[in-house]
Amino acid sequence: MHISRSIEILVGFFVAMGFVAMFFLSMEVSNLGGLNGDEGYEVTASFENIGSLKVRAPVSIAGVKIGRVTAINFDSESFEALVTMQIESKYDQLPSDSSASILTAGLLGEQYIGLEAGGEDELLQQGSMLELTQSALVLEQIIGQFLFSSDSEDE
Amino acid sequence: MVGYLQGLGARSLGMFERLGRGAVFFINILLCIPSVLVRPRLLVAQLHSVGVLSFSLIVVAGLFVGMVLALQGFYTLSDFGAEGMLGVMVAASLVRELGPVVAALLFAGRAGSALTAEIGLMKATEQLSGMEMMAVDPVARIMAPRFLAGLLSMPILATLFSAVGILGGYFIGVGLLGIDEGGYWSQMQAKIDFNQDIMNGLIKSIVFGWVVTWIAVFEGYDAIPTSEGVSRATTRTVVHSAFAVLLLDFILTALMFGDI
Amino acid sequence: MTENKPLIKIRDVHFSRGSKLIFDGVNMDIQRGKVTAIMGPSGTGKTTLLKLIGGQLRPSKGSIEVDGRDVHKLRHAELYKLRKRMGMLFQSGALLTDISVFDNVAYPLREHTKLPETMIRHLVLMKLQAVGLRGARDLMPSELSGGMARRVALARAIALDPMMIMYDEPFTGQDPISMGVLVQLIKVLNDALGLSSIVVSHDVQETCAIADYVYLVSNGKVVDHGSPADLAQSESQWSQQFMQGMADGPVPFHYAAREYASDLLGVNE
Ligand SMILES: Nc1ncnc2c1ncn2[C@@H]1O[C@H](COP(=O)(O)OP(=O)(O)O)[C@@H](O)[C@H]1O
Ligand SMILES: [Mg+2]
Repeated sequence: MHISRSIEILVGFFVAMGFVAMFFLSMEVSNLGGLNGDEGYEVTASFENIGSLKVRAPVSIAGVKIGRVTAINFDSESFEALVTMQIESKYDQLPSDSSASILTAGLLGEQYIGLEAGGEDELLQQGSMLELTQSALVLEQIIGQFLFSSDSEDE
Repeated sequence: MVGYLQGLGARSLGMFERLGRGAVFFINILLCIPSVLVRPRLLVAQLHSVGVLSFSLIVVAGLFVGMVLALQGFYTLSDFGAEGMLGVMVAASLVRELGPVVAALLFAGRAGSALTAEIGLMKATEQLSGMEMMAVDPVARIMAPRFLAGLLSMPILATLFSAVGILGGYFIGVGLLGIDEGGYWSQMQAKIDFNQDIMNGLIKSIVFGWVVTWIAVFEGYDAIPTSEGVSRATTRTVVHSAFAVLLLDFILTALMFGDI
Repeated sequence: MTENKPLIKIRDVHFSRGSKLIFDGVNMDIQRGKVTAIMGPSGTGKTTLLKLIGGQLRPSKGSIEVDGRDVHKLRHAELYKLRKRMGMLFQSGALLTDISVFDNVAYPLREHTKLPETMIRHLVLMKLQAVGLRGARDLMPSELSGGMARRVALARAIALDPMMIMYDEPFTGQDPISMGVLVQLIKVLNDALGLSSIVVSHDVQETCAIADYVYLVSNGKVVDHGSPADLAQSESQWSQQFMQGMADGPVPFHYAAREYASDLLGVNE
């Protein structure tokens, strides 16, 4: 049975388009594109409360995304949350006394980690621990505090 | 009443019998797949008629579904000031659900019905019997290449559907509705996980490709060899494929995303 | 091999479709090198009989031996090996509609041999020449008339030089000229290639002109058999009716029904 060249070419094109589409989905659409493999270095920070922070949440500094959260664990000695984040290796000039806070994108948005650069000459590197942290703002607690303080004003 | 019960019993017995024959047929196809790999030309010809000829339909449908998703999503999300999430919404719906499911439904209508009609007509015109008498196994030469082509085409088509849909959403969201371009992509990248979303979507599309092509090829092979029989078989292919795809989608979704 | 041993031995074959009994103990011997005709009214199961011989259907009782081997006891691979030596011409021709005449005839050669393409070309043209359609090699099956399609199918059936060919109603629906051509071809091929032929038909005249031996089948049984000359002289009323094409006789003109008058009056039983 003879198959014409044009059919073979069309089939080749079809399969190639499938690969292009798959490549597009992996690199442009999903998180595979965000971090180039396992490059970068990991730092940790412990928080009293992480709110609804999730693994894969972005880590940014001055609004620029520089990495993402790779693991969230509970430290049973300090009763705090231990967050591991991966920072892309091109951002390797961060002072070691930088602070980390859990912020919310917009009113109802996702939670992410915002870093703020410190002043030390020493730099963050693989395995560093961020000492200065600020926990997530938990809406119920804020509302509770607000109610509590307005109650006490009334009296 | 007894007659009604008897009818019900007969019908369910008939259904199980058909299911059994379908399973035996599927095993026969599997046994014949090595013989297809030895003759890749058979497969190329079928990839053309099953995959390439569905290409334009899938691309156009994907584009429009993506654009509609963006339009509808925008009006809902903007109520919450969350337009930035549009990319995520479009991509997640497409990659997890709509890509595999809608592509499979379109595939059943476009390629599945054509497969059933072709094989059914080959049976009605004694071509299959003719092959058997020429000592050529029609399962190896006709069914197996078509089955394999369907199995391979479906993930390609579903992936294309999702990719084109995401681009369609981009044209509407960024081009027409003016949301931030960087946000469209970066939110998407932040939220869509390769293993959790893209791979699961791919697995779904492979399962759907398997079930739709299996139904289509079996219905053709099992058709009553008259014009009416073939037309009924073609209808059955589309209806049963649609049911099977929706049911399997529910099961797979529950298995894959159920624990979130 | 022993010349006088029959090529096909059919012994006490029973077969039914659902609840409908089609064969109820059929015995036949098909001799080598001869043209054997199987005749009977439409719907008696002539096609079914050929499919039983080809191993596509399985009898519920009885046996069919082809060239000394019981068709229904063979394993899949052996059956397929045997089928390479059995040609069958289907009523519709059964050509593969998506490939040309040439490729159709070449199909069994390409499937079963590793001959180089030039050799296949020679063989195909030879077979097409034998049926007078060498000029039609580039046509598609849809462009052929019914008679031409059957001749192409015949060329395909002889492509692997089989030991026998089964013809399923080769004359039905043919104009007198094509019919003459086919009658001629069957006879010539049988004698020139040393084949054994089985012709299933209900065209008495044409079939008797070339048949060496005839079986008449009706109601699941062989009703009569003998050479065409014998049958013309047969005392069996059934044979007389069939051979001469009379409307009424042992085979009633009327399908089984109740009394005409009561039917008309609408009397319920
Ligand atoms: N696939 C089938 N399923 C059920 N019944 C069939 C089938 N094929 C043929 N029959 C029945 O078997 C009988 C014999 O058919 P067939 O062998 O085609 O007769 P013939 O060739 O002598 O005209 C017919 O009564 C027909 O209705
Ligand atoms: Mg017939």
